[in-house]
Amino acid sequence: MKKKNMLTSIVLILFFIAVSILFLFPLYYLVMASFKPADELFRNGLDFSINLDLMNLNNYRLLFTDGGGVYLSWYKNSLLITALYTGLGLFLSSMVGYGLGAYQFKGRNFIFLLVLFVLMMPVEILMLPLYKLMISLGMINKYSGVILPFVVSPIAVFFFRQFVSGLPKDFMDAGRIDGCTEIGIFFRIMVPLMAPAFGAMGILLAMQSWNNFIWPLIVLRTNEMLTLPIGLASMLTPYGNNYDKLIAGSVLAIIPIIIVFLFNQRAFISGLTAGGVKG
Amino acid sequence: MVKALRSLLYSEKVAPYIFVSPFIVAFVVFFLYPTINTFVMSFQEIVGLDSARFVGLENYKKLFNVHFYNALKTNTLYTLFTLLLLIPIPILFAVFLNSAFVKGKTFFRTSIFIPALTSVIVAGVCFRLMFGELDTALVNSLLIKIGLPPQKWLLGYWTGMLLMVLLHFWKTAGIFMVYYLAGLQSIPHELYESAQIDGAGAVQRLWYITLPLLKPIVIYTLTIAIFEGYRMFGESYVFWNEGMPGDIGLTIVRYIYQQAFQRNDMGFGSAIGIALLCLVMIVNLIQLRFFGMFKKERD
Repeated sequence: MKKKNMLTSIVLILFFIAVSILFLFPLYYLVMASFKPADELFRNGLDFSINLDLMNLNNYRLLFTDGGGVYLSWYKNSLLITALYTGLGLFLSSMVGYGLGAYQFKGRNFIFLLVLFVLMMPVEILMLPLYKLMISLGMINKYSGVILPFVVSPIAVFFFRQFVSGLPKDFMDAGRIDGCTEIGIFFRIMVPLMAPAFGAMGILLAMQSWNNFIWPLIVLRTNEMLTLPIGLASMLTPYGNNYDKLIAGSVLAIIPIIIVFLFNQRAFISGLTAGGVKG
Repeated sequence: MVKALRSLLYSEKVAPYIFVSPFIVAFVVFFLYPTINTFVMSFQEIVGLDSARFVGLENYKKLFNVHFYNALKTNTLYTLFTLLLLIPIPILFAVFLNSAFVKGKTFFRTSIFIPALTSVIVAGVCFRLMFGELDTALVNSLLIKIGLPPQKWLLGYWTGMLLMVLLHFWKTAGIFMVYYLAGLQSIPHELYESAQIDGAGAVQRLWYITLPLLKPIVIYTLTIAIFEGYRMFGESYVFWNEGMPGDIGLTIVRYIYQQAFQRNDMGFGSAIGIALLCLVMIVNLIQLRFFGMFKKERD
């Protein structure tokens, strides 16, 4: 029996080593390619070895100098939009989620139903009227146009509401006795208790914003206003003549997320699987 | 005045409305108004941005054309294939990674999860690199080595489909696996122990305990996968961002994008949007029925 278990164990571990290699390989391949000259990129065949003689940092140098360093503007736009969207989104969504989770009031269930309704609606069908709205509000090609329409995130509201429902309400009463305003109770007493939810949702919103594609593609119109995914996509041509920059740019675009992920795996996983929380 | 304001700040009755007000504003401005607008626009011919005239069902009649049919077919097949991969394989990963036999679980889980962090564009660049057209590109040289003909991946319908499905699978398998792992950890351990005492083998325990108890999560992931399948855009855009020869990679959302933003037919674009909305609603209704049935079963 022991021997059989040992065998199962070895087979499974070998299986997962193979799976891990398969899942990580595309990224390894991307990183390796980023150091290779453009004409070598599609000529590697099955050679995965690290050949230092062929490798250099030219692609990265090209990425920063070509087109007046527009890549740096994309990076800046992505960072700013992500920071603003995450900050504002956390603030507003936590407020709404808290309102729904901590109080009994008329219309509570109806509003929660609306949140679920928005959650189930594909944003893609709203693109056209939203685009027209952005034009009349003068938000086309601006950060505000990318951020504002989706800043109250239904998934984050849902998550905060579930989280707050599970918190003891005694703290709120204690705050009231001590003469705290309702808003003061939220900021001084409840927000600190909601820290884990802020962690998970912060990561979810930041990643959504960093990787967001279709909406910024519509709102952002000029090259220097683009975010990283849109900018990189604009380099894709049928002739494949931009791969050197494209690949180096892609590598730099994932590095921040991977670093944050490796330090906060738990919050990441609970954030990205937030929809699975049952109410 | 000051006093009234003060009592407002302390009022338990008013506070919740202040807290939920951002949602109400966002809902009305960025959801309700655009939704109504889509309906209205779908009955209009829109020239430029301001002048519109009602054309009745004209836009909906235009839906009956070969391109929309192709888009619908591509979305449906794509959804079907992603389901076939995204349900069983991550369950398998989760079941094995939850067993006592595997050492280094965290490492394996992390490796499978990491692709989920990439944007669809970066992931697409990886895939375009590996599936290059030249005989010397990675996958083609592998094919030649095992005696198969190299492919021009982006020029064939089925090879294109394969790329989109693989890309989506690679990016999503980790997230689905984590859902299933969470589900597995909520199954009480005693169930397995008593089954083992009764002489149930590993396969029987999987079939009669694990899978039935995972059912709610399976239904949930099924819903997301269908939802994501029908609204897919990026996976196609990254492979065929300029033209789509023979409608390869034309999906419903790309069709909206093409008609509305590239050909300036906002009215028709809205009609396609409404069609997509109906599709998603039907899927949701079917899914709600499933959930309802499941609840009855359990009570």
